[in-house]
Amino acid sequence: MIEVENLRKAFGDIQAVDGVSFTARDGEITGLLGPNGAGKTTTLRMLYTLMRPDAGQVLVDGISTASDRLAVRRRLGVLPDGRGLYKHLTARQNIDYFARLHGLSAGDAQRRREALIEMLEMADFADRRAEGFSQGQRVKTAIARALVHDPKNVILDEPTNGLDVMATRRMRRFMLDLRAEGRCVLFSSHVMQEVAQLCDRIVVIARGRVVADESPDALRRETGESNLEEAFVKIIGSEEGLAA
Amino acid sequence: MNASLTVFVKEVRENLRERRTVLNAVFTGPLIGPLMFMVLVNVTVSRQLDEAEAPLALPVIGASRAPNLIEALRQQGFEPQPPVADPIAVVRNQDAVAVLRIPDSFGDAWRTGDPAPVELYYDSSRRDTDQPVTRLKAMIESYSHRTGAMRLVARGLSPTVSNPVLVAERDQSTPRSRAGKLFSILPYFFVLTVFMGGMYLAVDLTAGERERQSMEPLFINPVAPWRILLGKIGAICVFSLSSLLICAIAFPVAARFIPTEKLGIALDLGPAFVLEVLVLMLPLVLLVAGLQTLVASFSKSYREAQTYLSILMLVPVLLSVLLTVLPVKTAEWMYAVPLLGQQLGITELLVGGSVTARQLGTCMLSGFIVAALMLAITARVYDSERLAISA
Repeated sequence: MIEVENLRKAFGDIQAVDGVSFTARDGEITGLLGPNGAGKTTTLRMLYTLMRPDAGQVLVDGISTASDRLAVRRRLGVLPDGRGLYKHLTARQNIDYFARLHGLSAGDAQRRREALIEMLEMADFADRRAEGFSQGQRVKTAIARALVHDPKNVILDEPTNGLDVMATRRMRRFMLDLRAEGRCVLFSSHVMQEVAQLCDRIVVIARGRVVADESPDALRRETGESNLEEAFVKIIGSEEGLAA
Repeated sequence: MNASLTVFVKEVRENLRERRTVLNAVFTGPLIGPLMFMVLVNVTVSRQLDEAEAPLALPVIGASRAPNLIEALRQQGFEPQPPVADPIAVVRNQDAVAVLRIPDSFGDAWRTGDPAPVELYYDSSRRDTDQPVTRLKAMIESYSHRTGAMRLVARGLSPTVSNPVLVAERDQSTPRSRAGKLFSILPYFFVLTVFMGGMYLAVDLTAGERERQSMEPLFINPVAPWRILLGKIGAICVFSLSSLLICAIAFPVAARFIPTEKLGIALDLGPAFVLEVLVLMLPLVLLVAGLQTLVASFSKSYREAQTYLSILMLVPVLLSVLLTVLPVKTAEWMYAVPLLGQQLGITELLVGGSVTARQLGTCMLSGFIVAALMLAITARVYDSERLAISA
């Protein structure tokens, strides 16, 4: 479970994140939806402890990111915004590197790695060097190495960005698998359809603030739009009304 | 397995597959110095020897006005060439290095016992002028001196009358110390090798990794940034150490191809020399790795880091040049200054002196202290949230 309370972060004069609060529960998929530049990536970076918030706090399974960064990291599996692989290493070696950094034993690392390779359908390229991987293969490898320590909480920053239709469908199925395993899945996206299809809960962010935090159905009900896309546009467009 | 060790092993293994990095560490970096050294010394020496032994051939205007002088020069290895019309133009156009002109007044002045004028046209700003002009002047002066002595004898005076002071030279240089002067550039090559050997790696492991966007996922692992830094520094040190080792072994080999006897010098670059150089350079290897990583972590891109590090390489060049130009008397405290201590120590070893245990200790201790400070600063930068994030 990830709890976010009143998170704030400024870069110079720009208030990138301006009081964001929400909760992502175990066994649910929580979608962080917002236009580009809304503050999604910055919010996530504070969750996975790469950035320190100016104010507010983040609790991962009850542990504060401010008090024990390393303990929080052990409980998180993260596909960050930057997802570069080591091009001279094979997919398997890329995964093993992170497994070792997590301090996994060789046996555990191997078991977990092979399970992820099967789950993500990576077998046909697992022993090829990452140089020349397709976008889909790169994302799969990046996810596999992020989840090699079997984390309870999974954060994915725009996981379907740049993927083709087939790869996107597989990615969505994979996220549903993670939910079925009882994990807390939090992902960001600017694709409305994707969020509508997958999420148990949608957190809409615009200009660094949370403008809606509902289930998809409630969101449709409240905006009076049967189409979630219309609902989304309405929320972003009528921000003043919502705040009141 | 310890996280630093994991990072270290992975970086070494991955970079062994990077052809440019490996070539630079085992070939270009360490071998350019010895090769350049060997070729330069050989070319310079053989040219100087050739010039000193070859007959000196220069145009002479008015040779018939001073047949005795010309004959005396001829006996010393001078070959007068046909006269030219305009000596100034000839020298300017670089058709001849110098032109000797004997004016009309030479004969009259000679007969009356006045100083007889000869004119030497040359351009001292040209590189190849020095030696022939000095040689010709020496020949003329020797003739002048001899004739003067004979005139004194003819007047019943002792020739020593015109030499009230006699300089007796007592040169204290030894074949080895002369080698030290000639090869004062050598310590710089060792320093340069350390800079070059680890440079690509330092750029790649920080600025490159960030540019390829793998820094962010790496830093999300539950590992303190300083542990990651330590692993990376270790990998850089392995590469620069290999460079240094290859360089230190290549120099003695290159030295075999230098005509030391012809130069009247002695070089002793045996195993003891190699070993002492390696020990002296050890703190510098760590210091340079830390410094390069620090610079790379401030750079926004791979290219920027490369530019900064190339500029950084000029620091030892500057020091080397200063040490060559300024006559510095070695003081004990200088061994405590990293880079300076190494330069002095290697020079001392080269001229056959020995570096005392205290000097070696000072050099190592202060070097490692500065290196540790450098690593502490770099670790702080590694801890900042901006480091991992690209663009």
